[in-house]
Amino acid sequence: MSAQPAESANGPSLQIRKLNFFYGDFQGLKDVTMNVARNMVTAFIGPSGCGKSTLLRTFNRMYDLYPGQRAEGEILFNGKNLLDKKQDVNLVRAKIGMVFQKPTPFPMTIYENIAFGVRLYERMSRSEMDDRVEWSLRKAALWDEVKDKLQQNGLSLSGGQQQRLCIARAVAVKPEIVLLDEPTSALDPISTAKIEELINELKSEYTIAIVTHNMQQAARISDFTAFMYLGELIEFGKTDELFVKPRKKQTEDYITGRFG
Amino acid sequence: MDLYSLRIWKNRIGIGLSMLAMSFGLLALLWILWTLFSKGFAAFSWDFFTQDTPAPGSEGGGLRNAIVGSGLILFFTTLVSTPVGILAGIYLAEFGRVSRFAAATRFVTDIMLSAPSIVIGLFVYALMVETLGGFSGWAGSLALSLIAIPVVVRTTENMLKLVPTSLREAAFAVGAPHWQVSLKVTLRAVKAGVVTGVLLAIARVTGETAPLLFTALNNQFFSTNMSEPMGNLPVVIFQFAMSPYENWIELAWGGALLIALLVLGINIATRIIFRTKRNG
Repeated sequence: MSAQPAESANGPSLQIRKLNFFYGDFQGLKDVTMNVARNMVTAFIGPSGCGKSTLLRTFNRMYDLYPGQRAEGEILFNGKNLLDKKQDVNLVRAKIGMVFQKPTPFPMTIYENIAFGVRLYERMSRSEMDDRVEWSLRKAALWDEVKDKLQQNGLSLSGGQQQRLCIARAVAVKPEIVLLDEPTSALDPISTAKIEELINELKSEYTIAIVTHNMQQAARISDFTAFMYLGELIEFGKTDELFVKPRKKQTEDYITGRFG
Repeated sequence: MDLYSLRIWKNRIGIGLSMLAMSFGLLALLWILWTLFSKGFAAFSWDFFTQDTPAPGSEGGGLRNAIVGSGLILFFTTLVSTPVGILAGIYLAEFGRVSRFAAATRFVTDIMLSAPSIVIGLFVYALMVETLGGFSGWAGSLALSLIAIPVVVRTTENMLKLVPTSLREAAFAVGAPHWQVSLKVTLRAVKAGVVTGVLLAIARVTGETAPLLFTALNNQFFSTNMSEPMGNLPVVIFQFAMSPYENWIELAWGGALLIALLVLGINIATRIIFRTKRNG
């Protein structure tokens, strides 16, 4: 690993140290070391199968659901190693939210979609919950579109609205970090633009880590970019620098579209 | 003949043969329904639903005791097999994907699905009737539950397996514990399918005769006591159809039609539920 972790004024939210990841015998991540800066947007780019989603899924221990997948190394979050067996995964996931490639509203009302996660960790009155639902829907720039149909099924929304509902749902539990795994790859350009705008607003309060296939998107919205290839972190730095003046040949080849 | 017209002819023959096979199957079904209706419909009357099964040699009579008995037995069967079947299905699909215990459960469930119902009747006879000293409605419900549970388990498991991984992961991603993910998100996503499975299981056991012969037996008189032998439609049909009395035979046809209509109704209901839920 030669890429220097980029420094940020806010300090790191996640410190990844010598992370190795295995799908059974296959090594999906090789010796990844980097920091994810607090209240910044860090983008992960690279060709399919390079390990960027795998890396994202170690941050909230999503791989725990699958026997045969394991991670070695350290991911420090608030001074504790997330990968520690003793670490309560549900608490990790409440602090580190995630939005997926395909919108995944729960099969319940819009209101319940958001209240579901909140209820798991907080006891609150009906009116407090109403406030929280409105607050998170406003954060996700969805409130005006759904305020009159909170009791409708979440699945009745359009794809772009569903994805913003998922963002609202992630934000509602007040996490510190929001992980976005190709959040716009299933959306049309207008919905994509809305989500990108949203990411820009959310970063003042949350640390954002986003995996994207779209290099323009990474260039537009992120402060830091990590380029990965075959499970390795090839280059990591400020987005402006990485896209304008990549230090590595592989990075340059990828961002100029010569492979990938 | 050129290749093209040869293909057209092959196509016609293929369609013709499958139409023939289809009409053969459909004909059998229509024939059964027609016979049931023409012989059974005549039995439907006020007395049919309000009078009890007649004693040998007496006139008239109805099937009230058998209808109510069947209803009670089926009610408790549903009450037992729904939660047991759904919870077991959740276990298999959500918790025990790779465990040995789940694999064994799955194997036993498959065997139970195809087990001859008379064997299950005999089993409950040995387990409950012999030891407790008598036929009873409870024993009948237990036997039918043993037949219904595997059906519910299987449909629940299969439905849950259709839930996209992304939805399950999304529920975990907000920090929900596994049981909440299963009960509140994934099970809810396939609610219609699971309800369908339960209804199909009920439809399946509605006409079961063999397991009731050894367990609930029959009761000529009206009774709602589940600890006593209990009248029920399949066994009444079985006994009455083979009797020498004309009114008994007519009642048997009426009972057969009633069961057929019930099963038909359940099947139509499942289709409606499944369709509306999927589109909703």
